[in-house]
Amino acid sequence: MTFLDDKDRIFTNLYGFQSAGLKAAQTRGDWDGTKKLLAMGQDAIIDQVKESGLRGRGGAGFPTGVKWSFMPKAPTAERPSYLVINADESEPGSCKDREILRHDPHKLIEGALVAGFAMRAKAAYIYIRGEYIREAEALQKAIDEAYDAGLIGKNACKSGFDYDVYLHRGAGAYICGEETAMIESLEGKKGQPRLKPPFPAGAGLYGMPTTVNNVESIAVVPTILRRGAAWFAGFGRENNKGTKLFQISGHVQNPCVVEEAMSIPFRDLIEKHCGGITGGWDNLLAVIPGGSSVPLVPAAEIMDCPMDFDGLRELGSGLGTAAVIVMDKSTDIVRAISRISYFYKHESCGQCTPCREGTGWMWRVMERLVTGEADLEEIDILHDVTREVEGHTICALGDAAAWPIQGLIRHFRPELERRIRDYRGTAQPMMEAAE
Amino acid sequence: MPKLTVDGIEVEVPAGATVLQACEIAGKEIPRFCYHERLSIAGNCRMCLVEVKPGPPKPQASCALPAADGQEVLTASPMTKKAREGVMEFLLINHPLDCPICDQGGECDLQDQALNYGRGRSRYQENKRAVTEKYMGPIIKTVMTRCIHCTRCVRFAEEVAGVEEIGAIGRGENMQITTYLEKAATSELSGNVIDLCPVGALTSKPYAFEARPWELVKTNGIDVMDAVGANVRYDARGPQILRVLPRVNDDVNEEWISDKARYGPLGLMKRRLDTPWVRKDGRLQKASWNEAFGAIKAGLAGASGDQIAAIAGDLLDVESMVAMKDLLGTLGSSRHECRQDGAQIGGEFSADRGSYLFNTGIAPLETADVILLIGANPRWEAPLVNTRIRKAVRKGGARVFAIGPEVDLTYAVEWLGDTPAKLGRVPKELSEALSAAERPAIIVGAGALARADGGAILAKAHGLAARSGAFRDDWAGFGVLHDAAARVGGLDIGFTAEGGVDAILSDAENGALKALFLHGADEIDTGPLPGVFKVYIGHHGDQGAHVADVILPSASFAEKSGTYVNMEGRVQRSGRAVFPPGDAREDWAILRALSDMLGKALPYNDHDALRARIAGEWAHLADVDLPATPSRDVKITSDGKIGDAPFSYSVGNFYMTNPVARASEVMQDCAAVILGDGDALQEAAE
Repeated sequence: MTFLDDKDRIFTNLYGFQSAGLKAAQTRGDWDGTKKLLAMGQDAIIDQVKESGLRGRGGAGFPTGVKWSFMPKAPTAERPSYLVINADESEPGSCKDREILRHDPHKLIEGALVAGFAMRAKAAYIYIRGEYIREAEALQKAIDEAYDAGLIGKNACKSGFDYDVYLHRGAGAYICGEETAMIESLEGKKGQPRLKPPFPAGAGLYGMPTTVNNVESIAVVPTILRRGAAWFAGFGRENNKGTKLFQISGHVQNPCVVEEAMSIPFRDLIEKHCGGITGGWDNLLAVIPGGSSVPLVPAAEIMDCPMDFDGLRELGSGLGTAAVIVMDKSTDIVRAISRISYFYKHESCGQCTPCREGTGWMWRVMERLVTGEADLEEIDILHDVTREVEGHTICALGDAAAWPIQGLIRHFRPELERRIRDYRGTAQPMMEAAE
Repeated sequence: MPKLTVDGIEVEVPAGATVLQACEIAGKEIPRFCYHERLSIAGNCRMCLVEVKPGPPKPQASCALPAADGQEVLTASPMTKKAREGVMEFLLINHPLDCPICDQGGECDLQDQALNYGRGRSRYQENKRAVTEKYMGPIIKTVMTRCIHCTRCVRFAEEVAGVEEIGAIGRGENMQITTYLEKAATSELSGNVIDLCPVGALTSKPYAFEARPWELVKTNGIDVMDAVGANVRYDARGPQILRVLPRVNDDVNEEWISDKARYGPLGLMKRRLDTPWVRKDGRLQKASWNEAFGAIKAGLAGASGDQIAAIAGDLLDVESMVAMKDLLGTLGSSRHECRQDGAQIGGEFSADRGSYLFNTGIAPLETADVILLIGANPRWEAPLVNTRIRKAVRKGGARVFAIGPEVDLTYAVEWLGDTPAKLGRVPKELSEALSAAERPAIIVGAGALARADGGAILAKAHGLAARSGAFRDDWAGFGVLHDAAARVGGLDIGFTAEGGVDAILSDAENGALKALFLHGADEIDTGPLPGVFKVYIGHHGDQGAHVADVILPSASFAEKSGTYVNMEGRVQRSGRAVFPPGDAREDWAILRALSDMLGKALPYNDHDALRARIAGEWAHLADVDLPATPSRDVKITSDGKIGDAPFSYSVGNFYMTNPVARASEVMQDCAAVILGDGDALQEAAE
């Protein structure tokens, strides 16, 4: 197995060994010939991004270049277009954008300029998670540096293109990471997802055409353009191209954020970068491969799975943000999923019925399943409830709340049944008579 | 015009229609809670989910999905059915099972739809959520545990009423609908959220635990609390009107009514005149009809011709006024006056009907692009006209100018000072806006006409309208904003006298007047007038009754069938919801009997004959429920001069404008809580 060479890494200051400042960033190659990149022209940039096979890094994996091409080709002064960059990284398990924001912010700002230019946007709004205080400071410092150096603002990089970058801090709601809720929040309203259609590319921020992209999706663009789409497309399997920041947490020897080629097998990813599973591979119980909202995958299935969109979809899960949560056999798997259920119950915005009512219901049943204080039929009822939430809500939070539980029931039903039977065994047999 | 199929039925719908509307056109009922055709689309209840092909492999919210060519909609497929059952189950898991004590019972969307689309039994074993009640003022009772978070009330308050006072706080299952600081909603339209609430979360506080809907007798009526002529339904049990609900009429009130229309009529059970009274030895004493009539005969002895006068009140139907006019005619007098406030319109000022109508029309007003309010406060004088102006501003981007004291009209207004002088020297920004406007509307308030220079102001406003091209083939941008339900009907039948109320009262003081009929007239200060014999015909013991020598108890608007003409000239009829209390009788019958006593019987023996007599003289008053026909060629001339006294509005206290509303405890509470007008409350409660 070949691993990603250092020379092919996009994020060369991921660990903050060097300064995040403009000078250091420039020595790493950022802002190098940005004017020339812009000179390629809007459509050529979008074509390059399309050719590179870059898929959105925020979780859904929609082809980034295609998304940009939905934007109007000739925005007017009355109807400008906007780029919104989603730095509201709140998915449990995810911590990649944070490293970019605090150690390599200039990659993001340059990407914001290039992407904004390509989609003919007037300005970029970076919506950063409220808890990211130091990160917001670092990013604001970088934005100021870029303004002072004439890299953004009026006549950005002397290209003749006027472009502003604004930083907006969120207030701590997970739902504001949903693109339309983020737009609402940016407009100063309560962060609740909007109905789609209309999609943001038609009517987004302040009713204007808007594209919302993840931090990583934007930050990789300048490097793709410099090194060519073919270079980026040289990594990973067909339809799953490029390099990707993986965030491995949980029961590994050395949890880390690491840039790797897409489609790297799970086993290699863990062995090479994380020093293996605690207690060895036989001790692996299950993995949540893409952040809390994707179903877990049991050990046997994931060990040799290629870590990419399609590979994990075949296992009934997903790459998500590539936040790999590793759980060994010391994990109380039911408790773990119940904790995730609590998170979604807590973060549901309350706007639409299935999510508002369903997340609380699911969490309460999960809590009882942890101890086994339930009937065997309730496993099926719970599964049915997750199916009633899934696909019936305005945004994807309902799906995200339903999938982890579906994964648990699919793979660990015997464990759930055992707990119920054990509880029955220890519980007083008088229960039924006392009803 | 997209063509699509709904359950195999092919339908063609207008462009911009939603899938839900397409389903309705196809005759398929789609359950819904949050969707309301007069509010913005929220799409949050998810009850209207249907399967749509082509599309993602999940059901779509039909209320928000645009209908498109070639769509195949399945409203009864397993996917649709499962989605509905799921949503219904979610709505019910935290909804209390308190239907037996819920006032919404029997007319509850949740109840009905649970029956039709629900599963029948619950699988939920956890504890239900409980939510504390929220204070929303004297009108709205809250039981927030029942709330299903459809946000109709929030959207109504923000979009229609224009007060951003209801909203949702909290997140997820802790989301709560509230007035934020738990203050009373300061809107004159707040009662409509009770109708909008699909469950029993917001119910009517005065109606709490009063009745079940199936016990009530429903009668179609016309609201008389202002001159809009809102279509209402009186729900009564026995002798009592328990509640008033709006009926849908897109041309008049859409489906809203003001709080006064809703709760003013509750004053019909208070301070009623239910027997004749005759003043003996300086004190009013109960009497029989014969005694009362005898007293009147004696009182009128020696009075003849124009020594007898009549003043009609603001709540009267056309029939009552015609009967009164006819009675005066038999006595040889033509001194009848309906302009209680002294407004200088109609009658001797102009015979042209267009000079006193709201020619623009209520519904067309929402398409106006520049609106000028002259001494008018539509928010209080006609709240449902104000919603149309608000719509014109919100949807059409209309500019509103106003001359008068600054008040909050719920939309942006460019105030031009408070004196009529601005009509003489029109400010540049106004004249430019008016001449550039496609559909300008100039609205003159009742307060601007009820002053010494009222006629001149009307003429000036009319001149400005004519100069601005406000009269076109399809548009009449000039109108009078009335605030009294009887006014246009009174002017139509010529219930006016030279000099108006002022002349009558000054004649009364100087002895030229011998007898005065106060026909429901409570808004004028007659003073003691010792030399004048005063007869009060009416239903409430208010101002007029206090000074009368003889009181004849009559039926109120809800106790008789009557014709009303609203401010735009629309003729509408109201039905009898309940019978008048005690010895009270319908006005025309009282006057007919009185005329008999006086020896000159009126020529009609029943209500139909009276209506035939009206139709004979004023044919248009028989054209019931036809669209108003506004004048597009109004002629007004006046040689009067405009004064420089600042305008004052005709309505000082929205909740206390007539004797019925003043008798309503709910209106008294509203005045005290919302307007902070506790003094008015005490005075009115005497």
